[in-house]
Amino acid sequence: MTDLKIYDFMGLRKIAMVLSCIMLAVSIWSLSVQGLVLGLDFSGGTQIEVGYEQPADVGRLSEKLEAAGFDNPVVVHFGSETDVLIRLQGQPEQSLSDRVYSVLQEGGEQVELRRVDFVGPQIGEELRDDGGLGMLTALAIVMLYVAIRFQFKFSVGAVLALVHDVLITLGVFSLARLEFDLTVLAAVLAVVGYSLNDTIVVSDRIRENFRKIRKATPVEVINESLSQTLWRTINTSLTTMLVLLALFFIGGELIHNFAIALMIGVGIGTYSSIYVAATVMLLMNVDREDLLEPVEGELVDDLP
Amino acid sequence: MPNKFPLWKNVLILLVVTFGFIYAAPNLYPPDPAVQLSGQSGAMVIDQAILDKVESSLDEAGIEYFAGEADGSTALVRLRDGGLQLRAKEVIQAEMGGDYIVALNLAPTTSDWLLSLGGAPMKLGLDLRGGVHFLLEVDLDSALTNRLEADLLNIKTELREERIRYGSFSVKGRQIVGQFRDEEQVERASALIRANYRDLQPQSGQGQNALSLVLNLSDVATREIEDNAIKQNLTSLRNRVNELGVSEPLVSRQGKNRIVVELPGVQDTAEAKRIIGKTANLEFRLESDGRSGETFEFRNPSGQGPNARLENKAVITGENVTDARASFDENGRPQVSIDLDAKGGWQMGYATRDNIGRALGVLFIEYKTRLDKSIDENGELVITPVPFVEKNIISLATIRGQLGTSFRITGLDGQRESSELALLLRAGALAAPMYIVEERTIGPSLGAENIQLGVKSVTLGMAMVLLFMLVIYKGFGVFANIALAMNLLLLVAFMSLLGATLTLPGIAGIVLTVGMAVDANVLIFSRIREELASGASSQGAISAGYDRAFVSILDANITTLIVAVILFLIGSGPVKGFAVTLSLGILTSMFTSIVMTRGLVNLIVGGRKIEKLWI
Repeated sequence: MTDLKIYDFMGLRKIAMVLSCIMLAVSIWSLSVQGLVLGLDFSGGTQIEVGYEQPADVGRLSEKLEAAGFDNPVVVHFGSETDVLIRLQGQPEQSLSDRVYSVLQEGGEQVELRRVDFVGPQIGEELRDDGGLGMLTALAIVMLYVAIRFQFKFSVGAVLALVHDVLITLGVFSLARLEFDLTVLAAVLAVVGYSLNDTIVVSDRIRENFRKIRKATPVEVINESLSQTLWRTINTSLTTMLVLLALFFIGGELIHNFAIALMIGVGIGTYSSIYVAATVMLLMNVDREDLLEPVEGELVDDLP
Repeated sequence: MPNKFPLWKNVLILLVVTFGFIYAAPNLYPPDPAVQLSGQSGAMVIDQAILDKVESSLDEAGIEYFAGEADGSTALVRLRDGGLQLRAKEVIQAEMGGDYIVALNLAPTTSDWLLSLGGAPMKLGLDLRGGVHFLLEVDLDSALTNRLEADLLNIKTELREERIRYGSFSVKGRQIVGQFRDEEQVERASALIRANYRDLQPQSGQGQNALSLVLNLSDVATREIEDNAIKQNLTSLRNRVNELGVSEPLVSRQGKNRIVVELPGVQDTAEAKRIIGKTANLEFRLESDGRSGETFEFRNPSGQGPNARLENKAVITGENVTDARASFDENGRPQVSIDLDAKGGWQMGYATRDNIGRALGVLFIEYKTRLDKSIDENGELVITPVPFVEKNIISLATIRGQLGTSFRITGLDGQRESSELALLLRAGALAAPMYIVEERTIGPSLGAENIQLGVKSVTLGMAMVLLFMLVIYKGFGVFANIALAMNLLLLVAFMSLLGATLTLPGIAGIVLTVGMAVDANVLIFSRIREELASGASSQGAISAGYDRAFVSILDANITTLIVAVILFLIGSGPVKGFAVTLSLGILTSMFTSIVMTRGLVNLIVGGRKIEKLWI
């Protein structure tokens, strides 16, 4: 490894720890104080997307609907000036969307019904429960797998890195008041997968180097491992970011937030695989002793 | 280190690539817009003669078509112009009449040799195709209560016949609770119920009160009633869906008490909802002879109508109605034929035998929901959905003879009335009320737009990644890029073969897979560069690079796969689609980025002395 430049990543770990703690604190604060803006999938309610041929005046539409007896309709542009999203809270009768549509058509206006979503409150609640449960199950199984495949300290590092990434992604959604719907939940779980992927690759190298390099402190070993995997980490993040940008800009309104969640997640995940997992391992005093396999144990027994 | 693959590995790669091309190929053929004709009942034969009739009606209307085919149960005509699909449907429906169902369809154009290999294009989800998705919840409690109330009426009659006196007897929740004068009456009642009602379990003297009798439905009976309720609702939903004329509808049970209905390509969603969402039941009741009874209004959309008094007890309910059809009698007057199941037929026969000349009313019961607003203890406005029931008479006809499992209602005012009545009867043939708990409607144009956006983002994402890899890894970037293209091909092939449904989040999954699939190659190539930097020979670096990176790739992918599988298990609809593409993508990318690139590398640079690797 003559040419490789070794960066002193771990020298910055105190600063990184403070940074992570601040980000986490802000996220948790935001999540607990103002929570997430739950999308229709989780909150329940009715939303109707309609398309006009001319740019639509949402204020006028809102008045028109209120005049027709709908309670607090939220009318906003969706993606473009000609697209309008109408949202009504609470559980409606089955024909609510039809009535809204017919009110909009009054006066012979050309309106195209593009999409109707109605989610009953019981479904929203179930999805919330299932989503939370899924997230916890995913974390638990992953922790188990990493513990078996690597070592307990690695799995704590990996899982804390995941929790870190998920919380901050959710925190950004909460702070920016971005809508959290099913596709975003899918994105957050994909973030779990991605961040894990990254952390595992780094951990793998750390494990290899702990076994290979004998006379080095854990900090040195980790610095070397991180430096070796740095280009891979950056390149993979870049290719993923490239496709996410494609999704963000031309994927359409419906997966806009999906792309945003993944971009935040991939960004944070890249940072956390360098700093969080390794820092946690160091805090737990990871050592080569932790990684000696029983079979190889006899071969290295004579070492100091 | 020679870096040569044994022959079998190269053959394997070739086979997999061939497989990919064959099974991805059907997606290249765009489907033809078509119109499909089938009979109202499965017994109707749709043959060449009927096809000729359909074709001549299209000729007359000047709609261009080709390749009409009839296979005995359905006929399919492909159209030149997709814009004329709706018009063609109207023309054919007008020509063939109400006995036939005309549905819009997209006919696959997969060539015969692909079909013979089991090749088929990917299924598109509703969000790409347009259509309606409903999730209906069946009110099982109500099915149980109905059953208990029916039993209670019979029990009361029998108790009176046996001169067993009771104070009160009523249905409370999932139980029937009775009060008696003395313990002897309780004993006798209990014995009678035990003998005649196997499904009810009498328990006397519960708690403080020695004179009470509680009847519980046995667990077996409860389960049976619930299962039957769901089955009956599934059946009547399927019938209703058939009325809509949708090709490839999906009606299936989900979980304990829910039913999913998916209607791809439905254009008139309001009509679909009107027919599907009609949560109704029927009761056939004799007209009251004056002593007791309830008064109901006739169903009349214009408002108040006349009313009639019906007896309290229903002869049969919608549960017993198996079919209802509008037709004409011998004199060409409109009528409605009704079929009942065996139990219903027996009960109907028993009730009508001694009541010839009296009138039999059909009560249409609709379960609706209204919103009630109230202020809770925190001063917040709470909106609670309150289900309520609306009962109207839809038919009152005189009994002309003893009725059995099949009978007719005549004396109707016209064909319009007869078909409306038949529709209502079929609609009401439900065991338990249902409520729509989720609806997702995607307009056809939004679906098409979503496909377009999806294809665009896959193309752009792919192009950027290809370019990136080429710039960073030069010659080896080409290998990675070929593998990436093959990965996409295999992913499409597997999805087509497995019949997985492609959704918008599914496309997002494909895009994400494209971005992440190169990761394995990035890992391998970085490793090779490292090995080269540490002074290894070209061939040695390749070999070591692949070997060392393998463990990392495996660990990383297995953990991601775990997450994808969990996503599949908890996700619903579109999210499942995302999980499917993500997990398939992980599996195919492992093959393409490890085995396939290695094959290419071995083929081109393996086994030779190479001064410098172009990496």
